[in-house]
Formats: sequence, structure tokens, C-alpha cells
Amino acid sequence: MSVSNARLRMVAVGAVAALVAALPFLLRNEYYVSIAIFVGINAIVAIGLNLLMGYAGQVSLGHAAFIALGAYTSAILTTRTGLSPWLAMPAAVAMASLISAIIGVPALRLHGHYLAMATLGFGMIVSIVIAEWVSLTGGTSGLVDIPRLSLAGMVLDSDTKYYYLVWACVAGSLLLSYNIVNSRVGRALRAVHTSEVAAATCGVNIARTKLQVFVLSAGLAGLAGSLYAHQLQFVGPGHTFGFGFSIELVVIVVFGGLATIWGAIVGAGVVTVLGEYLRPAGDLDVMVFGLILVLLLMFMPRGLVHGLASMARRLRREP
Amino acid sequence: MAATVLEAQALRKVFGGLVAVNDVSFTVTEGGVKAMIGPNGAGKTTIFNLLCGVYPLTAGGFRVAGKRGEGRPPHAIARMGLARTFQNVQLFGNMSAVENVMVGWHRRGRAGFLAAALRLPWSRAEDRAAREACTERLAFVGLADRAEDDALSLPFGQQRLVELARALASQPRLLLLDEPAAGLSTREKADLARLVRRICEQGVTVLLVDHDMDFVMDISDTVIVLDHGEKIAEGPPREVQKDARVIAAYLGEEMEASD
Amino acid sequence: MSLWSQTLQFLISGLSMGAVYALIALGFSIIYNATGIVNFAQGEFVMLGALIAISLLTAAHLPLPLAFLCSVVAVTVVAALVERIALRRLRAAGVLVLIIATVGVSMVLRGGAMLVWGKDHVAMRPFSAPETLHLGGVTILTQSLWVIAITLAVMVGLQLFYGRAQVGKAMRATAINREGAALMGISPDAMVFWSFALSGALGATAGILIAPIHMAAYNMGTMLGLKGFCAAIVGGLGSSVGGIAGGFALGVLEALGVGFAPTGYSGYRDAFAFAILLLVLFIRPTGILGARASRGA
Repeated sequence: MSVSNARLRMVAVGAVAALVAALPFLLRNEYYVSIAIFVGINAIVAIGLNLLMGYAGQVSLGHAAFIALGAYTSAILTTRTGLSPWLAMPAAVAMASLISAIIGVPALRLHGHYLAMATLGFGMIVSIVIAEWVSLTGGTSGLVDIPRLSLAGMVLDSDTKYYYLVWACVAGSLLLSYNIVNSRVGRALRAVHTSEVAAATCGVNIARTKLQVFVLSAGLAGLAGSLYAHQLQFVGPGHTFGFGFSIELVVIVVFGGLATIWGAIVGAGVVTVLGEYLRPAGDLDVMVFGLILVLLLMFMPRGLVHGLASMARRLRREP
Repeated sequence: MAATVLEAQALRKVFGGLVAVNDVSFTVTEGGVKAMIGPNGAGKTTIFNLLCGVYPLTAGGFRVAGKRGEGRPPHAIARMGLARTFQNVQLFGNMSAVENVMVGWHRRGRAGFLAAALRLPWSRAEDRAAREACTERLAFVGLADRAEDDALSLPFGQQRLVELARALASQPRLLLLDEPAAGLSTREKADLARLVRRICEQGVTVLLVDHDMDFVMDISDTVIVLDHGEKIAEGPPREVQKDARVIAAYLGEEMEASD
Repeated sequence: MSLWSQTLQFLISGLSMGAVYALIALGFSIIYNATGIVNFAQGEFVMLGALIAISLLTAAHLPLPLAFLCSVVAVTVVAALVERIALRRLRAAGVLVLIIATVGVSMVLRGGAMLVWGKDHVAMRPFSAPETLHLGGVTILTQSLWVIAITLAVMVGLQLFYGRAQVGKAMRATAINREGAALMGISPDAMVFWSFALSGALGATAGILIAPIHMAAYNMGTMLGLKGFCAAIVGGLGSSVGGIAGGFALGVLEALGVGFAPTGYSGYRDAFAFAILLLVLFIRPTGILGARASRGA
């Protein structure tokens, strides 16, 4: 990468970071800040899912299940055993990672539609268990009074304070993703996407690579789930843990652009905000997101980020 | 005495009702170029796929540098020192030429997910060294100035060379070339022949499969002839060319084609 | 009620549910055979069939056979449009894109249905009175018998279609060997078109048959589609016989499992089907009857 390109990149990153840092004060309304928090939480999941779907080319139609696993682990540990939320969070990540490893070993031997269905079936089972296993999960009533997180004695009781925590996690996830993509394992991942056979003959352990990225994406989803639980202070079988949200996650990743680092944030931003407006207006989100998906795939298959970039390039070339 | 790089014993592969490879045995000693030729459908590429672990053997076995290869997954066989190129060039998309070659280097690296995620200094050093080595491999095949170009955007002949550099990046003991001359012009074939010779000089043993008789006879030290999945001749190129069974096998193909 | 009567009752309700799953599974297999893709929108064809039929019955006051027919035709048209407009362009794209595309289509259909029919559950009268029959201590819904009978009739019809009709024979040839059929002059594009049309018709039929038993709503397609897909996988994706067998097997297993499950576990009904799906996928993805391995993987 040329020097000026690298410098441009740093400026862009800096500008975005500044915008993110200033946002709560620009928005001034706690409701909007809470939406921004959910954008961040969804972005964390999307970053992980992007690694899995965009770079490694594996499909998951059940990722909401890992969010649920993280959220409920945090919720159950903090409300039932009084464990500190800061300890419950890594436990939530560990739980989501563990379950994903268990399901991943047999599932990742499948390809294409079979893998999609396996992840979908798994997601369904988790959402049904959440609603049915009342003694553990509180069933349809869910679990309430989940404690807030507190940092060095200061309770993160306002949305603004929580916002910074969430977006710090987003930054961390982005960095993680960027580092991985441009590394030895990242290249192995991207190779697996194009040609498993060729990658294997280069010495890449296909099964292990796929499992590792699957577990990583599940762990990130678990982290997001935990953050979600401590933000809402309530978990219950709802939209975020069901099949509909797994699909919404796919919309986010496709919208932002499979295999672009920033795509996850752009996608999360647009889809979360859209959803907030469409859902109260008679659940229009289902249809609109469906249309977005189909139209995107037909006309802008590389997602919004690439689509806009190539449109801009084409406009520049015209006299 | 020269070391044995590959020892194949009674290889047999059956697909459903079709016997693709039947009781093929051969040895590849270190240094030089060995070629496998034969009419279409003789089983040449199937044998390659068997040796790489892409297809499981129905029966028989093989050893790579003394280590047993049958039943092992492709990545394990690659780690024994085997590398290959593909008939239909399988480069990785959304990656530059040098990144493609760096995947070839993969087995020589150690940095995993954790080291990568945290950008540990030793993994960054490892990556830098890898990039240098792989850029050098691209220079070796004459594509140093294409290193950062998107691999799939290169013309076909150059894609072939990138794949070759990728195979060389792992510093293999045995290099399998699957139809390396297919689709190349006369001049490109001559360049390729020179390149293969230089690869041998660097201590890599080459086993190749091709249809172009002149190319094969020109660069090979020994030739194995297959027909309908069986080995029908083996020896130096001049001898094999005069072997009656070989002529019959090829003539047979010509006669079928003229029907 | 005796164990025997209970079992018989579960068996019959399981068979009628299984018939519906079988029809849906057939729809999946037909499209898979012609295109190599799994149509995640299949369940929505079922939903549309049910809702359109109900509207025709209640709002337009059409007699049942006419409403049945019109609804099937309408959904057939919708399915063909889906193929033409949305999926034709994407055929060359990878498997991942196609999966996501059909998911998107299903969302559009579902969202659209919600706009037209709202979120309420609507009821449909069973095809004939009396609603229930009592035979030897066992209570059966007459609708269950209708479901099984009509499904069997449809299957016989399909056999005739494959054996006698030009299009049907062409589809069978394409299922056996796509390239060979194309070389013989059978247009793959036409086959894709007809496969979608046929699957739409089968899905609509399934929806109309099941509506009197389970009520219809805009979101009924999701679960039914997924279970139909389970059945198709269990029997072997691409195998018609497998889909039928898988459908009936799933229906019966589900009914028996839920029927005999200890109280308080009936909510796990849906999880049952998915557990079976995962088991089959993990152990023998090509299904019990072993159809071809997944194409375009």
C-alpha cells in the first residue's frame, strides 16, 4: 500500500473514531443513544459473522443462538449465583464458544445448503429450549433484574457510559478482525473460501480452520449477548434470540459487504436503525429486509460499501 | 545412493463400478524429473489426487520420504513435503499474487489465531520473512512485478506461474505438476522447461503429468506410461517411445478417435 | 383410553401431518433436482395457498373445489414469478448467494402476506361435516382423512404427469441427468421454470389441506417449510420417494413423540423435528434412501 493511501486510511479511521466518541453528545437524546448502543452490539456480532461468512465462506443461519447463549449465561450467573457481571461476561463468551465447538465439529463437515440447514436447525432448537426450560431460563417471562456493569466503583447506569463500553468492544473486535484477516490464518481462511482442495494441498488444516473461525464468531456473539443482557437488564425469548434475528444478521453482513472490515458497522448501523422504525410500523421490517436482501444480491452483490465505491468510480470516469 | 522421495505400492482406486487405477507401483528417487503419460482416461490425474490425499485409496499405499501417506488428510501429506499444481489452476480469489504464494508457505509458519489477533511481535516477524521469501519465489518464476496484483486478474499463463510459485513456497521435496504445459504457446513451453530444470537444480524432485510428448521427452529423466489405469512401461524417454505396448496404446487411441 | 387407541389416534394425526410434510418435501426435491438449490421460500407457498383459499372462500364465497383450484393456480403463478424475476439472474452466482436470495424472497412473501392479511390467525372450515369420526374408541378428524386421501391422489397424479405428460417426462429426464437432457434439446431454463411452478402448486395444496386443522396465519410457512425440508433431507434430497417417505415418517414420529411425551414437554414439539434433522445431517446427510450428494457445495 502506498504511503499516501496508508495516511488516508489513518485519517479516515481517526475521523470515524472521533465521530463515534462524540456521538452521545451530538445525539443528546437517551433513546437515540440506546439505539446507538444496539448498533454497537449488533456490529460486534456482525464482525464475527463476517469473518465466518465473508472471509471463510461458511454460512450460518442460526447465529442468534450464540447471542442467546451469551446473554442467558450472563443473566443466569448474575441473578442466580450473584456472580459479578465482569466475571459473568467471560463465562458467557466461554459458554457460547464451547457450544459452538461442540456443534461445529459435526456441522462444519457439511457444505452449502446442508450447513445452512444445520445451523438453522440448531438455532431453532436453542430458541425453543429458551422458551421451554422454565426452571433455568424463566421461560417466556425470562429473567429480570440483571445487574448493571460497574467500572472501578462507578456503576454504568447511564446509557452514555454504557455506550462507551460497547463501542470500545466494537473497536477491539474490529482490530481483532483486521489483524486476523491480514495474517497467516486469515489467508488460510480466505483460501478455504475459494478452494478447499487447493488450500488443503498447501498444508491448511481445513476442518480445524473452519472450526476455529466458527468458534471465534460464536464467542464474539456471546460477548454481544452478555453486553445486551446487562444493558436491557432483562432477557426473554424475544426477537433478538430467534430465527428472525439470525436472518437480520445475515442482512447486516450482506448489506455492509461480505469480506469488508467496515461493512459490519455500516450494515449494523443501517439495519438496526431501519428496524427500529419499521418494527413499530406494523412489523414492516420483515418485508423491507427481504427486499433489501434480494435487490442487493441482484444489483450490489458485494454489499453497500463496495457498491457505493464502484458507483463512485464509475461516476468519476464519466465526462 | 539417491534417497527415495516417493514410493507407491499397488495403488488401486475404484469409483463405483469403474476401476480408475489398478495395481500401479513406482518409485521416485531424489533429483530430476519423472513424467507420467498415457492416453486420455489413463488415470494420471487420479493418481495425483490419490497421492495428495484428495481421494482415498481403495487399496495399496504410498510413502513420502519414508512416511506413510495412505489414509492421511491432504494437509498432513503436504506437511510431509508434497506440493502440487492443478490442471485447471486453482488460485485463491480476492487475494494478490504474493498472498496466494504465502498460502503455499502456510505449513512453514506457526502463528495461529491468537498470535494473529494480538499481533504478537514474533508472528509479525514471521509474516515479514514469509512475504520476503514468497516475493522471491515470484521473482524466481519471473513475476516479481506482479506481486501485488489480484491473482485472478492475471492472464492464464501467468496464473499458472503464480500457482507454481505457490507450490514452491513450501519448499517441497516432491513437486507434482498436473498438465503444466496445457494451453501454453511454444515459447511459453520452452520457458517452462527451463524453469522446471532450474527447480530441479534447487533440489526439488518433480513428478509431472502431461499430454505434450515433445515437452515430456525433452525434460524428463524417466517416464512412466499408463493405459486404462495400469502401468504398461517405465524407463528413459527414448526407450519408452519405442516400446511396442506404448505405441499400441496411443495408436489405439488414434484409431478410436478416427472412428 | 387404551394405549392401542391412543397410538392409533396419534398415528392417524401423524399420517395426515406427514402427508403435508411429504407434499412440501416433494416441492423441495423437485426444485433441487432442476436447479441444485434449496428453495427456502417453499414454506411461503404453503402459507399463500392457505390464505388465498380462505379469502376466496370467505370474501368471494367461492365453492370449495373452485377456491382450491384458484388458490393453487395463483400460487403457481407467484412461484413462477419468483423464479423469473428474482432467481434467474442469480443462477450463476455461488451457493451462498442463492441461499440468501431464497431467504430474502421468503421474507418478502411473508412480509407481504402480513400486510395483506394482518397477523391474525384465520380459520378454515373442514372439507366436510361431520368434523370428527368415532371409530372403535378412537376419535379422528375427518379432515385428516381428506388430507391423506388428496395427498395420495396428488401423488398418483404426479406419477402420471412424469410418465405421460411431455413436460413431466422432460423433468424426470433432467432429474436423472441434467447435461444429457439438455443435449437432447430439453431447455434447462424451461425445466427450472416448471419445477418452480410445480413446487408452488404442491406447496399451495399442502397449505389448503392443513388449514382446517391448524389455522392459517402469515407466519405459518416458516415452521412448515423447515419441517418439510427436514423430511426431504431425511428421505434424501432430490429423491421423490425419499421425500414422501421422509414426510410420513417425520409426521408419525413427531406425533408419537409429542403424544407420548411426559406432560409439560409438549412445547418441545418443534424442537423434535429439528433434532431429527440435525441427527440425519450429521450421520447420513444423503438421507435414509441415499440420494445424490449436494451439488454446488
